[in-house]
Amino acid sequence: MSATANELEVQSLTKYFPVGGSLVRRAKVHAVDDVSFVLQPGTITALVGESGSGKSTVARLLAKLYQPTDGRVVFDGRDLARTRRRRDLLRYRSQVQMIFQDPFGSLNPAKTVRHHLARPLRIHKIVPSAQIDARIEELLDTVGLTPAAKYAAKYPHELSGGQRQRVAIARALAVEPRVVVADEPISMLDVSIRIGILNLMADLKNEHGLSFLYVTHDLASARYVADDILVMYAGQIVEQGPAEQVLREPLHPYTRLLLASVPDPAIGDREPIEVRKGLATAAVDPPAGCRFVGRCPLAIDICSSVTPQLVEAHPHQSARCHVTAPAPAIREESHV
Amino acid sequence: MIVASPAVETTKRTSSEVLVELRKLTVEYGVGDRIVRAVDGVDLTICRGEILGIAGESGCGKTTLGNAMMQILRPPARIAGGQILFDGADVTGKSREQLRKFRWRNVSMVFQSAMNALNPVMRVGDQFVDMMRAHERISKRAALRRAGELLDLVGIDQRRVRAYPHELSGGMRQRVVIAMALALQPELVIMDEPTTALDVVVQREILQQVKSLQEQLGFAVLFITHDLSLLLEIANRVAIMYAGEIVEQAAADTIHATPLHPYTQGLMNSFPPLSGPIVRMAGIPGAPPDLADPPQGCRFHPRCPHCRPENHELYTRQTTVRPVLHEVAPGHLVACHLVDDNSTR
Repeated sequence: MSATANELEVQSLTKYFPVGGSLVRRAKVHAVDDVSFVLQPGTITALVGESGSGKSTVARLLAKLYQPTDGRVVFDGRDLARTRRRRDLLRYRSQVQMIFQDPFGSLNPAKTVRHHLARPLRIHKIVPSAQIDARIEELLDTVGLTPAAKYAAKYPHELSGGQRQRVAIARALAVEPRVVVADEPISMLDVSIRIGILNLMADLKNEHGLSFLYVTHDLASARYVADDILVMYAGQIVEQGPAEQVLREPLHPYTRLLLASVPDPAIGDREPIEVRKGLATAAVDPPAGCRFVGRCPLAIDICSSVTPQLVEAHPHQSARCHVTAPAPAIREESHV
Repeated sequence: MIVASPAVETTKRTSSEVLVELRKLTVEYGVGDRIVRAVDGVDLTICRGEILGIAGESGCGKTTLGNAMMQILRPPARIAGGQILFDGADVTGKSREQLRKFRWRNVSMVFQSAMNALNPVMRVGDQFVDMMRAHERISKRAALRRAGELLDLVGIDQRRVRAYPHELSGGMRQRVVIAMALALQPELVIMDEPTTALDVVVQREILQQVKSLQEQLGFAVLFITHDLSLLLEIANRVAIMYAGEIVEQAAADTIHATPLHPYTQGLMNSFPPLSGPIVRMAGIPGAPPDLADPPQGCRFHPRCPHCRPENHELYTRQTTVRPVLHEVAPGHLVACHLVDDNSTR
């Protein structure tokens, strides 16, 4: 296998949704606009941003719940955004699994835990029928639901939220995926059990070499569990790099604003943040220029006319900002 | 009127004068012969002008406690015992009409989903007018003017009194509801997860505003949330609830620096920090108990890392005797057998 066999690469992924407007000229939400990143094996990549930033749309595009407007999702050297062949789709789905936010809605209340785990094993022919029960117990052990035999017989309503989320993770693992897309997997869980789910993700990464795309709005949990971080704003990635580095020395003003907003009792008297003026509708038919310009304390003239590109301003750390991550030579087309 | 001229009101009323006192408050939800004690014998005081925070997991009774203070419990919930003294007078015995006057005027409330509490087919200003005219004789014009001033106070353009709720963002709607809660200058505002449904930046903006309004106008706040890091930042004092009881209570700084109850310690160990080294955290194993059948002794003992059969004498106490909330240092109250037993700490 080639060196890139295990990684998932997203290239210029774009998704527009039509909204309002007239029939002739419908406005479009640029929910995901030219998003590129690579998921390396054995790493957790956090995708953070506010609601409406497009982070869940990225997750759904990866899970093939939506067709992208443009761009590629390359897995094992093949572009899977375009494939229509059932065999390729099945293969992709067995390699890239998704965990959803709501563990109450993602399990069938009429079926036992065993049923939920046996189905993917059968559909994807992971193990011979005779070994299904043994494999189910292994899976439940892996996600910390022991004694496994007892949990296998339970129905979703007999489980707590955290236990249900563990079942959802076990189900995702059943098909032996290499990539797991987890969309806000802890935000609906009680605070005391959130860490357990994050620890489980870290263990699966370390022990099984899985790679995760961890979609979240919670910067502290992203820092806790992720190796790399992608910050989205209005459909675009505005900053990316190693999680610890980005959160210690954020480049983009939006990342800075997010960080300054997170409650942290370790900080005594904090600087008040500026109350925003712009609105998060920046992704509807966006004009040229930076989408954050209306809220940005650092904005200069060029920001409202030229769309900034992702520029690697520090080693491995890139940002989409004319001020903190200027392009090496801004071409003389700023008047366009 | 006073709201419009904060200068008159800048005398901060942060004193240790008690505003609300709960005495052995017990609230039960009864369905058939199954009785759940959501709040079980809670003693708590709120002083004038302070922000008192209540933190705990879902189902610990924190929302029920807030609803009881506002007297908006509905069957099958009922106050099964205890008193709620507001300025020395028990509100549990008040009549409907007395309560109607008490709410908004003395105590107002901002709910988690408050942004959905506005009437979608009424202009924001008219909703202020309705509320004010239900409580005092005021002309529609004067009420509208005051609505504008209140919006201004929470950082929304006065002209937005003519807006319908759908024309405002979630954060703005939440601010409208906060402005409404302040309209009659209540002495206490109960905020139940006021920012939980909002983005982190909007949450920060609203907290900043609440804090500065509170310093300006001097009302007290009962701030209920599951987010302990947020609470430690905004509150003066914090009470930690578990399974219907208050297990620890102290100044926010004290809870942050030296949490004594193992549950508080577990909660603190559930929020990863944004700075400093990243160490593997443990959270709290297990789940909160079924309140219809709470564990004997200390309700936290099945999840407590310090409850082991090897330590026989302590274990017996932990599993049979209910610990009592008592003062271990000035202003620091804890309900835990370990704390009594200094040798084990």
